[in-house]
Amino acid sequence: MPVVGGNEKMRIGVLALQGDFAEHRVVLARLGVETVEVRLPRDLNGIDGLVMPGGESTTIGKLAHDYGLEQPIRDMAGSIAMWGTCGGLVFMARDVGVDQPILAIVDMVVQRNAFGRQVDSFEEDLDMACLRGEPYHGVFIRAPVIVSVGPDVEVLGKLKDGRIVAVRQGRLMATSFHPELTADDRLHRFFLELAAGNGNRS
Amino acid sequence: METGTETVKRGHAQMLKGGVIMDVVTPEHARIAEEAGACAVMALERVPADIRAHGGVARMSDPGLIREIMDAVTIPVMAKCRIGHFVEAQILQALGVDYIDESEVLTPADEQHHIHKHDFTVPFVCGCRDLGEALRRIGEGAAMIRTKGEAGTGDVVEAVRHARAVMGEIRRLATMRPDELMAYAKSIGAPYQLVMETAEKGRLPVVNFAAGGLATPADAAMMMQLGMDGVFVGSGIFKSGNPAARGKAIVRAVTHFKDPEILAEVSQGLGEPMVGIGVTELPEGARLAGRGW
Repeated sequence: MPVVGGNEKMRIGVLALQGDFAEHRVVLARLGVETVEVRLPRDLNGIDGLVMPGGESTTIGKLAHDYGLEQPIRDMAGSIAMWGTCGGLVFMARDVGVDQPILAIVDMVVQRNAFGRQVDSFEEDLDMACLRGEPYHGVFIRAPVIVSVGPDVEVLGKLKDGRIVAVRQGRLMATSFHPELTADDRLHRFFLELAAGNGNRS
Repeated sequence: METGTETVKRGHAQMLKGGVIMDVVTPEHARIAEEAGACAVMALERVPADIRAHGGVARMSDPGLIREIMDAVTIPVMAKCRIGHFVEAQILQALGVDYIDESEVLTPADEQHHIHKHDFTVPFVCGCRDLGEALRRIGEGAAMIRTKGEAGTGDVVEAVRHARAVMGEIRRLATMRPDELMAYAKSIGAPYQLVMETAEKGRLPVVNFAAGGLATPADAAMMMQLGMDGVFVGSGIFKSGNPAARGKAIVRAVTHFKDPEILAEVSQGLGEPMVGIGVTELPEGARLAGRGW
């Protein structure tokens, strides 16, 4: 598997409070990137991007709040690239309809568990505006959807029924599905381009 | 759109990693657990310590109670059915629980056969004491594994034994030549394909949590350092003096399991832990881990 050119110099933080952070690290390592687990504010030093994994957004939010991570992450948002998958997307949202700690760094309104319970979790192919080639295979697990977005937010992917499941606001990206659970690393590569400051090709 | 695939069943457990799943018996408990940072709750009529004390036949909880708990929180809700009781499992799936625990804590309904879990859309978690048992359950369709430990005791010794057994056997597997794997599969009574997959990955094909006797933040962090992906805490939280504080401390301990300074800080001032029973004091017939095979 060829690595993306220049990634060997990049250092990507993966929020490691709860959830499938190890799966993201495996994909990023395969792409030749150094990764660091972020549990405390000091772990944010020197990173070129931050991935917020899937997991329970209430758990992640509470732990981030308790250990003083929310404000440092907000302060870095946009100056470095960030990507939230599923629970991570919820954590990045401006409004999630319920009272829980969120970063409010992406101008989007999100509905949690939008498809129902675990028995309604599903897989579906998506056409992604930012990717060339085959449709992207989306794995949706108790997934959120993006109900509405602000003017600075670009929609990257929708389900066949039109619901929004992937967006980008500058260098911030959010997906309600789990690229880290598939073998297709195109979205991880796209994120690394955002992190390297080359994300304007779309 | 495809539902109930192996990827979404196993994937849900991957989202629970690094988290604490707490036993709760009322909607109020469920809210306390969610507030403490639980990544899921297990809805029950009685926690294992009370099942032990109560005696008699322990069965699936009242669906009405499970529904109330599902309505009380946004985090996933699991529920237990008896080993082999596939109709209890059908009922739990119809209720829409997020995970079913086919559990030795309840009285087994079948001493020979576990549930054929591939038939279900809802994912299952099952207990194990060693690698062979883990792989038999995965072979039947379990999407997540946990140690059996010894539930309702507050004594972590059995969970440690089972975690060490599973992890030790996986390490041994990694040192074997390919032509040794079939004989090994036979010796532990495990499906050959899953033995090969485990040897290749150097880990179980599904997420593996610790369960059965954890009562303190240190217990939880120890299980994480032994290589478990997360923890279940049953009686240990709501049978303690201050469930809200203890629950929160255990959640923090699982996230910061490698940081003794944080572990020291979160372990202070939690009040009384559950009283507990030493596993060695239990008569043979009172051990739950021997249920199932």
